[in-house]
Amino acid sequence: MAYDCTDLTAFEGVMVFCEQRGGKLMSTDFELISEGRKLADERSVELTGVLLGDGVEGLVPELGGYGADRIIVCNDPRLANYTTDAYADVITDVIHTEKPEIFLVGASNIGRDLAPRLAARLHTGLTADCTHLDIDMNKYLDFLRTGSTLKVDDMKWKMEDINLKMTRPAFGGHLLATIICPRFRPCMSTVRPGVMKKAPFDEARAAACKTTLFDVKLDDARLKTKVLEVVKEARNIVDLLGAEVIVSVGQGIANDPQKGIAMAQELADVLGGVVGASRAVVDAGWITADHQVGQTGKTVRPKIYIALGISGAIQHKAGMQDSELIIAVNKNALAPIFEVADYGITGDLWKVVPMMIDAAKAAKGV
Amino acid sequence: MILSEKYQMMRKFYREFAETEFTSELLDELEETGEFNWDIFHKIAAAGLTGVKIPQEYGGQGGDYLAYTLMMEELSRVSAVLAIYANTSNSLGGGPLLYCANEEQKQKYLVPVAKGEKIIVFGLTEPGAGSDAGGTQTTALPDPDDPDYYILNGRKTFISAAPVADWAVIYAKTDLSQKGSKGISMFILDMKLPGVSVGKHENKMGITGYPTSDIIMDNVRVHKSDLLGPLHKGFITAMKTLNGGRLGTAAQALGIAQHALEEAVKFSKERVQFGKPICRNQGISFMLADMATEIEAARQLIYHTAECMIADTPDVPQLCSMAKYYATEMANRVCYKAVQIHGGYGYIKEYPVERLYRDVRITTIFEGTSQVQQMVISGALLK
Amino acid sequence: MNIFVCVKQVPDTTGKVAVKEDGTLDRASMATITNPDDLNAVEAALTLRDQIADSKVIIVVMGPPAAASMIHELLAMGADEAVLISGREFGGSDTFATSQIIAAGIKTYGLGEGDIVFCGRQAIDGDTAQVGPQIAEKLGIPQITYAAGITYDGGKLTVKRMLEDGYMTVETQTPCLITCIKELNKPRYMSIKGILEFDTKPYYVYDYEKLKDDPLIEADTIGLKGSPTNIFKSFTPPQKGVGQMLEGSGKETVDKLFNILLEKHVI
Repeated sequence: MAYDCTDLTAFEGVMVFCEQRGGKLMSTDFELISEGRKLADERSVELTGVLLGDGVEGLVPELGGYGADRIIVCNDPRLANYTTDAYADVITDVIHTEKPEIFLVGASNIGRDLAPRLAARLHTGLTADCTHLDIDMNKYLDFLRTGSTLKVDDMKWKMEDINLKMTRPAFGGHLLATIICPRFRPCMSTVRPGVMKKAPFDEARAAACKTTLFDVKLDDARLKTKVLEVVKEARNIVDLLGAEVIVSVGQGIANDPQKGIAMAQELADVLGGVVGASRAVVDAGWITADHQVGQTGKTVRPKIYIALGISGAIQHKAGMQDSELIIAVNKNALAPIFEVADYGITGDLWKVVPMMIDAAKAAKGV
Repeated sequence: MILSEKYQMMRKFYREFAETEFTSELLDELEETGEFNWDIFHKIAAAGLTGVKIPQEYGGQGGDYLAYTLMMEELSRVSAVLAIYANTSNSLGGGPLLYCANEEQKQKYLVPVAKGEKIIVFGLTEPGAGSDAGGTQTTALPDPDDPDYYILNGRKTFISAAPVADWAVIYAKTDLSQKGSKGISMFILDMKLPGVSVGKHENKMGITGYPTSDIIMDNVRVHKSDLLGPLHKGFITAMKTLNGGRLGTAAQALGIAQHALEEAVKFSKERVQFGKPICRNQGISFMLADMATEIEAARQLIYHTAECMIADTPDVPQLCSMAKYYATEMANRVCYKAVQIHGGYGYIKEYPVERLYRDVRITTIFEGTSQVQQMVISGALLK
Repeated sequence: MNIFVCVKQVPDTTGKVAVKEDGTLDRASMATITNPDDLNAVEAALTLRDQIADSKVIIVVMGPPAAASMIHELLAMGADEAVLISGREFGGSDTFATSQIIAAGIKTYGLGEGDIVFCGRQAIDGDTAQVGPQIAEKLGIPQITYAAGITYDGGKLTVKRMLEDGYMTVETQTPCLITCIKELNKPRYMSIKGILEFDTKPYYVYDYEKLKDDPLIEADTIGLKGSPTNIFKSFTPPQKGVGQMLEGSGKETVDKLFNILLEKHVI
């Protein structure tokens, strides 16, 4: 039967794009499989993963352990490294064959290259950087009750709506929008790393996960880009997403940026955390971009976020406002950061932070 | 005056350039070392700023007096001294070339100056000839051994950028029989000629980072092809050049005042005393209102003057003097108040207003003191 | 050789963001700017144009007539021509529909074998990074995204394509589409000369009538009706409970803060 993206009833199942680089799976794969498991259970359908590479079938159990029922493995030397053309062609074939209702992709640099191309080719909708996925209306309304300012119970809702409701921030997080793709399938969504929670690993599921070896058909004439080399940069990657404590610096350190960063590092070290930075600090070249927190940096949700000399522009807030506890130090009492802070100190960070370091040491019994 | 789209685009460009390139590290370095910074000068030249008001056929951007005024305002708003880096070629340095140079001289001198490849300075002032510029004692007399040359002798003082200049426009007495401002001619002096030297760098109150010194000429032989404009009639050009210079200085003062106002407003919102930000006291907010009003009045006078320069109306000399006189005196008042609003912090070098207060002080003095401007204005009134 | 640059005018979200009562954005109250990543794309195009004889940079913008002010600035930066794609029929388009329209616009202008299309990686209002790749798909040309370095050698491009932990060096042929990130270059400023001359440069407006014969343009593939994705609900996140501003900024205050943290078992 010809593939028809508008024939909603022909599509079933939740599928996750499983990205591997150099034979290693990405953390988003596990996060999305975990999330996909919940969605698949709500729809009572199969959760599959599609995995491309060269001889990567060995990675199947790892994916199964987080909840996948079956992995569609596409092996070919031309798939060892990512190229848009090869991956788009193969995954299009897979989707034409499998017809999943929902297709999830991790929003890595590669995912964000691949997903839109696929959506355009498949003539379907794609929603980027989703922070929340719901199918069942009751669950969705529960989410809205705590996650929005809407008077949920005063409003009319179509309770039988089973579209995938994809919620994402816009305008730097000031606005949230729930998007649906009602007329086309698969309904596609990308999710940023660290946003969804990984389920506990289940050995039994890992062993039970099935493998489908897909018949890869690639036409070399259609592969218009060539990877000449893949280079890993040796620098220490700052793990903002995994950190429990982040001590971030902003423009307030301008008078002596290196001293400011050193102070933040010292405080972070005592508290067992890492240093983050606002975009202004990164753009000024005082610290590398992997420390950047915010709309164009990373979105973080640590247990403690300490903002030093950060004014709290919308773009920065969007990247950290969901932290469990936010402490802000700024010499301007009217700085917007205080609107999201749980505790604020109006003061000169050059004086306050050394005292914080001492107090932190005392608290930690150091 | 309501600026048309093109002028608004120009303002946006100047502002973005200044805010991006004139970093606080750079400004602190200029202040600390007092040395000319070639790196930023090259960036200013690459952005076309050294030739804003010079015709495109001579390597410039082809802008008019209003384009130039806006440049001075916006660059000065971030750094008074760096505005002068862009100013000299457009105004006192390039001006005489634009007015009087023949085609050969324009190609040889004006084009590289417009592109920022060479620096030319304005050599009028002398130890004995300040406000009384006509009291020039530098002489340029025909070489008895070679009619194609003049011999220059004399000393110019307070010449901005003399230590880094390639050339200087020198005003020298060529007809000793004529008195006062008559009998003065202009020469383009190559600063590398034998007999030319510069004095020590002056240690100034402000505008640090643009070295100022004397130019000493000891029997310097200058070829007659470097005579600029008509013989014995150079002083008229000096006066004409100063009009544009006054407009530029007025715009510079405007930019400094605007910066001072912004700092004062910001500080007054942050500084909490008696349980509230100090801006909630009318003593402070009324001061800010006065500052803002004076600034706007100066701005409109300056823009109007620029328009009149473009249209070459007959009242241009008085208007330029009025704009310079009013804007520079206003800027000093505004900077004074800005420091006052900052309280003790205004006296501390970490706070921008401390530098603004020192930088602005020269504006009522150079390019014609306020008193000279008053002479020009009253002279026109009482004709 | 044509070097196209797709540029979007966006609200300046670094300033105040105003939200209306119904939860939608009050765009009218916000200043607009050129999307930052798109400026890097413009600079990449201008740099290439400066290197290659007989080439020109064409800015392509889909937007309302108010986008003209941004287009003027880009022409003043040095772009050679501009195409504004504007029409009621295009309003409300999601990324899929938008990419159809822009692709149709580029095809209508004329896309040659030696041509290149530059885009910014993503826009600061939508943040999706989808339109660039989708335009490439609709034009049927290869794409390379996250470009942090580009070299051109007679129809062949070698691109340093960033990954989170390093990069790939990728090679492709024209025609192709490249999306640019801020690490690629430093966008040049406008010039006074450019500002004085921008209104002498070719400026085309493509409306629905101009584009409707392109197969990509169908009434049910453009605008709100043609968008595969729709907004189900938009809303504002809950305001966090008001935080506590601690009094003072001396040792006592800091110690008090850390006592609170200890009591709450946060540290």
